[in-house]
Amino acid sequence: MTTTLINAKLVNPDSCTENLGWVSFDNGTITATGTDTPPAGPSIDAQGKCLAPGIIDIGVKIGEPGERHKESYKTAAAAAAAGGVTTMVTRPDTTPVTDTPETLTFAMRRAAEASPVHVLPMAALTKGFEGREMTEIGFLRDAGAVAFSDADRPVQNPKVLSRAMQYAAGLDALIVAHPQEPTLSKGAAMTSGPFAAKLGLPTVSPMAERMQLERDLALVEMTGVRYHADQLTCGVALEVLKLAKAQGLPVTAGTSVHHLTLNTFDTDDYRTFFKVKPPLRSEEDRMATVEALAEGLIDVVSSMHTPQDEESKRLPFEEAASGAVALETLLPACLQLVHAGHLDLPTLFRALSLNPARLLGLPAGRLTPGAPADLILFDPDAPFVLDRSTLRSKSKNTPYDGRRMQGRVLRTFVSGVEVFAR
Amino acid sequence: MFPHRHLLGIEGLSPADITTLLDLAERYAQANRSGVKSDPVLKGLTQINMFFENSTRTQSSFEIAGKRLGADVMNMAMQASSIAKGETLIDTALTLNAMHPDLLVVRHPHSGAVNLLASKVNCAVLNAGDGRHEHPTQALLDALTIRRRKGRLHRLTIAICGDIAHSRVARSNMILLGLMENRVRLVGPRTLMPAGVDHMVAEMTDDMAEGLKDADVVMMLRLQRERMDGGFIPSEREYYHRFGLDAEKLKHAKLDAIVMHPGPMNRGVEIDGLLADDINVSVIQEQVEMGVAVRMAAMELLARNLKTGPAVADANAP
Repeated sequence: MTTTLINAKLVNPDSCTENLGWVSFDNGTITATGTDTPPAGPSIDAQGKCLAPGIIDIGVKIGEPGERHKESYKTAAAAAAAGGVTTMVTRPDTTPVTDTPETLTFAMRRAAEASPVHVLPMAALTKGFEGREMTEIGFLRDAGAVAFSDADRPVQNPKVLSRAMQYAAGLDALIVAHPQEPTLSKGAAMTSGPFAAKLGLPTVSPMAERMQLERDLALVEMTGVRYHADQLTCGVALEVLKLAKAQGLPVTAGTSVHHLTLNTFDTDDYRTFFKVKPPLRSEEDRMATVEALAEGLIDVVSSMHTPQDEESKRLPFEEAASGAVALETLLPACLQLVHAGHLDLPTLFRALSLNPARLLGLPAGRLTPGAPADLILFDPDAPFVLDRSTLRSKSKNTPYDGRRMQGRVLRTFVSGVEVFAR
Repeated sequence: MFPHRHLLGIEGLSPADITTLLDLAERYAQANRSGVKSDPVLKGLTQINMFFENSTRTQSSFEIAGKRLGADVMNMAMQASSIAKGETLIDTALTLNAMHPDLLVVRHPHSGAVNLLASKVNCAVLNAGDGRHEHPTQALLDALTIRRRKGRLHRLTIAICGDIAHSRVARSNMILLGLMENRVRLVGPRTLMPAGVDHMVAEMTDDMAEGLKDADVVMMLRLQRERMDGGFIPSEREYYHRFGLDAEKLKHAKLDAIVMHPGPMNRGVEIDGLLADDINVSVIQEQVEMGVAVRMAAMELLARNLKTGPAVADANAP
């Protein structure tokens, strides 16, 4: 049976347009769209609110297996649905590390049982994240791994990395890297600068990001592997990315919503909910990242959802765990950039939906016939004050607690089935 | 008038707060020296010293200060306590809080840990040093020593030398001396200067002759080898040659310059042993003496507020 969403403002990242129109879907797939009179039949009136392809979030951490007390597939999926995320691309930094087809299959089975939104897993690039031997990239790909990553533990040995890259290139596998030079970054809790000097915390220079990116890009040039940097967050690294793209290397880059909307000053009073990896940057670097997103240099925005329980955060800043939950706050926080006039809605959804889909070779992320009916209906203007206790994630470690935000998801459809409605 | 509930750092104090505290400390310094018994203004109050990091001089200084004012002082050896059994800092704080202490003196190896603890307890918290962040009573006792020796605490040229990066003493002193309108210079190898510290003081140099030129006060810092993860300086002998204070280097400072050191000293690393003992220039023993007076004053001021609450909104609150 065909359902039509009528009277919606269609946010189309493919054509970069926002028009009032309708979208029909049937059997989990978009069948037709238009801006003229909608077809007859059952319909849902969107009342002029925005309709966009669902968010594809690359780099979500879920605590299964190993840390279910922090987040399970069930709670993460509930948060995702409420946040407009229709596909979670999960990180392999589980316990144990997702580095064998068996662990991967276990996680996928749990996801299928518990998650109403799509889950696509990433697998480890080296066994146990040890940076010594590559994983069974072929088997893991066959089992469903969409990308290979050692999460936030970059492979230090260039020989190991170059071999893994060569092997992955032969399988046309995507590598997702965390470009932060590990020896410089070790023990760092903040980005170096006047504010860190005042707080007396161990620091790392943003140059650590550029150094590791430059090394990785040299190996990409050597091996031809498809390479995605999980988060670029500072001007010095973005310059390097720009050159690499101009050179035609198979490189893409993401950034996190936190680095787009917060800066190092938010760490005032040692608030550990603002401790993320890499640490929050200066306002200049934040603006450079926002501009790179607006002009398309940065391809992907993700939540880098990292659940941490109260015990791992209620510690002195240096000892506290890094990371923040963001599945539910990703869209409202990103909309802050739209409201501030830095970018328009289609550009935002290129980074949230279309580009991640392209990167992973998915048909989703578009509002075109044939694409899966992964759709979100949202009101970009709806104001609210975030109360972290209302978050659906099992862990409530959000830096946006108490913040005034604008923009809420009203309905979420995954393969044409409504999984969330406000 | 001292409108603060805790003493967590120099940051948040006003010049008037500092003067109030130093004036009271000066009275205690004279009383301590003359042997006059001070009024037991902390009588009936419980003071707990929680030191998560080894300390002899600061802990005993706080202990003596409390006892001279009549407080019931208790020292907790944190290394041997439940922290070693895996209890978190906050749980320890809540446990202690339930015993209703009045004054909590805390030292912790991590920056910001004392602020965190202060936000969870009802008593007055004194920061006895947190990580590389602040050590307010040290800066105050340094200020009192300078004021006694120089007759004022403003428009002086003060060189802070050595391991700035790992030093909470340097941070607190930079803030305090800047606040009182002095000219503060940082002198040390670039590897021991925290990035971005140039926003906190106007002058930085890695040349001792230049840094000490016409200084009224030369403040040496201990090379904190235990906080280093290797490779900040090539060797101790090169460090001593370039940055260690001896009579020769001190000639660049004013003739009547005083030499300070927060202790404990590494003789022959950052300071020449003979110079440290030279009573004509070194005020290191006086610093220790002023430490007790300053801590008596700080605890008395906070204790007054325990009964009534801070007089105005507390800028130093966590």
